[in-house]
Amino acid sequence: MAPILEIRNLSKTFGETRILRDIHVAVDPGNFLVLVGPSGCGKSTLLNCIAGLEAPSGGHIRIGGRDMAGVNPKDRDIAMVFQSYALYPTMSVARNITFGMRVRGIDRAVQERKLAEVAEQLQIGHLLDRRPAQLSGGQRQRVAMGRALVRDPMLFLFDEPLSNLDAKLRVEMRTEIKRLHQQLGRTMVYVTHDQVEAMTLATHIMVMKDGAIQQLGTPAEIYRAPANIFVADFMGAPVMNLIPARLRRSGGEARLEIDRPGGTPIVFESTPLPGPLPDEVILGLRPEDITEAGRGGDGPSETVECRIDMVEPAGADTYVVSSLGGRPVTARLPPDTAAEPGAVLPLAFDLSRMSLFRPKTGERLN
Amino acid sequence: MTDQPVPLSAAPAGMRVTRPRLRRMALRAGLYAMLAGFAAFYLLPLFVMVTTSLKGLEEIQSGSLVALPREITFEAWSKAWSGTCTGIQCEGLRPFFWNSVAMAVPAVILSTLIGALNGYALSHWRFRGSNILFGAILFGCFLPFQVVLMPMARVLGLLGLAGSIPGLVLVHVVYGLGFTTLFFRNFYVTVPGELVRAAKIDGAGFFRIFASIFLPLSLPIVTVTVIWQFTNVWNDFLFGVSFSQAGSQPVTVALNNIVNSTTGVKEYNVDMAAAIIAGLPTLGVYVLAGKYFIRGLTAGAVKG
Repeated sequence: MAPILEIRNLSKTFGETRILRDIHVAVDPGNFLVLVGPSGCGKSTLLNCIAGLEAPSGGHIRIGGRDMAGVNPKDRDIAMVFQSYALYPTMSVARNITFGMRVRGIDRAVQERKLAEVAEQLQIGHLLDRRPAQLSGGQRQRVAMGRALVRDPMLFLFDEPLSNLDAKLRVEMRTEIKRLHQQLGRTMVYVTHDQVEAMTLATHIMVMKDGAIQQLGTPAEIYRAPANIFVADFMGAPVMNLIPARLRRSGGEARLEIDRPGGTPIVFESTPLPGPLPDEVILGLRPEDITEAGRGGDGPSETVECRIDMVEPAGADTYVVSSLGGRPVTARLPPDTAAEPGAVLPLAFDLSRMSLFRPKTGERLN
Repeated sequence: MTDQPVPLSAAPAGMRVTRPRLRRMALRAGLYAMLAGFAAFYLLPLFVMVTTSLKGLEEIQSGSLVALPREITFEAWSKAWSGTCTGIQCEGLRPFFWNSVAMAVPAVILSTLIGALNGYALSHWRFRGSNILFGAILFGCFLPFQVVLMPMARVLGLLGLAGSIPGLVLVHVVYGLGFTTLFFRNFYVTVPGELVRAAKIDGAGFFRIFASIFLPLSLPIVTVTVIWQFTNVWNDFLFGVSFSQAGSQPVTVALNNIVNSTTGVKEYNVDMAAAIIAGLPTLGVYVLAGKYFIRGLTAGAVKG
């Protein structure tokens, strides 16, 4: 099937400042693309370009196979949900939702029917006569979604829709959006700076920084094989351990060697390294790839005696922090672990899941 | 001296309850006395005007300025409204009053509407040079009336509006736009831009967004603008005297003619009645819309 959204070679500059460069992406029907990155990375600008609220400086955007150059937002067959909800303050909820249809001059009976459908779907039927100011944050969010849903567009755009909600409501609405996506099967593009939102909602994630794509892939790809140190550090909580390491070469084979505070360096003897590598690398390992040795370690792993600096129980897991290569290293342990601060614990490193990065550029090596 | 220790803290503690209360009450009383004094001071001229307008001419000439009228008569009022002479014409203020209405109402409506549209465009539809344009419009607020007299007379002549009420409307609309644009622009700047973007995606254009979203929000600032504009336009004398002729003079010009161009006995009671009549509409606007005035001046962000 042809992609619903196709962006080729897109760039955007404000005067001398490059906001976006070389953006390429195609979103297939029914996919959920999340644009994620720190503030100022250009993700909202990209969304505004897709919506037609800002004109790109170069490149092409196609929605439903149609080139969008010079096409007004209203003619793009899109709907958008904004961070501040952007509800029209003097209109009732019902009139907020039907505003677009009234502007388009859609038959009144059709308006009523669609309004009732959407109100049913989002369970906001009892709010229809209220003004936005009389609603709670979560209710406003639902109304904003209702306004988008009633449009029944080819493409939904979300601009950080959950950022103004408190933590509990945010998780609830996140589930709601995911449910809607599964029910409707529509194509969605979603901007957020929250990597948890990105991981939970997306079928595809685009990680951005300084106006450029850092990595584009499924959540699993981004999580397991980050394309560079930035992505590795940005995606996942707690963050990926990034440990400076050296290569010890003997014969034709190389082994990883890591400095340890007040001891001899660790050498991961039983794990041969792939391909040609520089002498210095950054070893990336997720906390869950470092576990307590001898407890359910299924794969081949390297055991290292580590001094525990800190123990952080988090309910379902307990994170213990040690130090290797001059960097804190977090391991994910079961909650019944006997680890104590100051004690020495054997930790199992599952190097089959490691990422290796070039220290200078941050690019992925394996 | 006794051995009994003096209860140092007890006595002042008992007094502490009453002393601040007394002081507060005294302050209150002083404050109200002062406010009453100021109010009396400012009301005194009005008092003199009203009492004088209700007296007969003889009583004015013989009595004291601040005395209450011995016999109340509305003769001066009816003469001021429909009988007294403004120069050679002796029809009272009435025709001029309606001239002022015919000038002020369209001038206020037009300058408010155009100012709202300007402010909306300047705050949410930024274009290249929009800030410079806003600066230029703002500069118009600082131009004294006298500076524009000559060029305005020329423009009115070219447009064929010299000496007419539509001419005066045009003058007041143009002169008022600086202020009305400033008011609305500063009010609309507080409206979140996401509202405009949401409406654009909903399919609304420039005027639809203005009419459906911005105008309904604007009651406070419309009130401020209407009061401001009405007061200025109604009370204006210089433009009125410069750009009008016999049939189109506003009430302020007629009032001046009544007071300054009488011959023989000076009819103070008629002068006072005429002055009050000329000032009543602005007073009425304040009474009707005054409570929105402060609210509008201090109105802040719009909650979405």
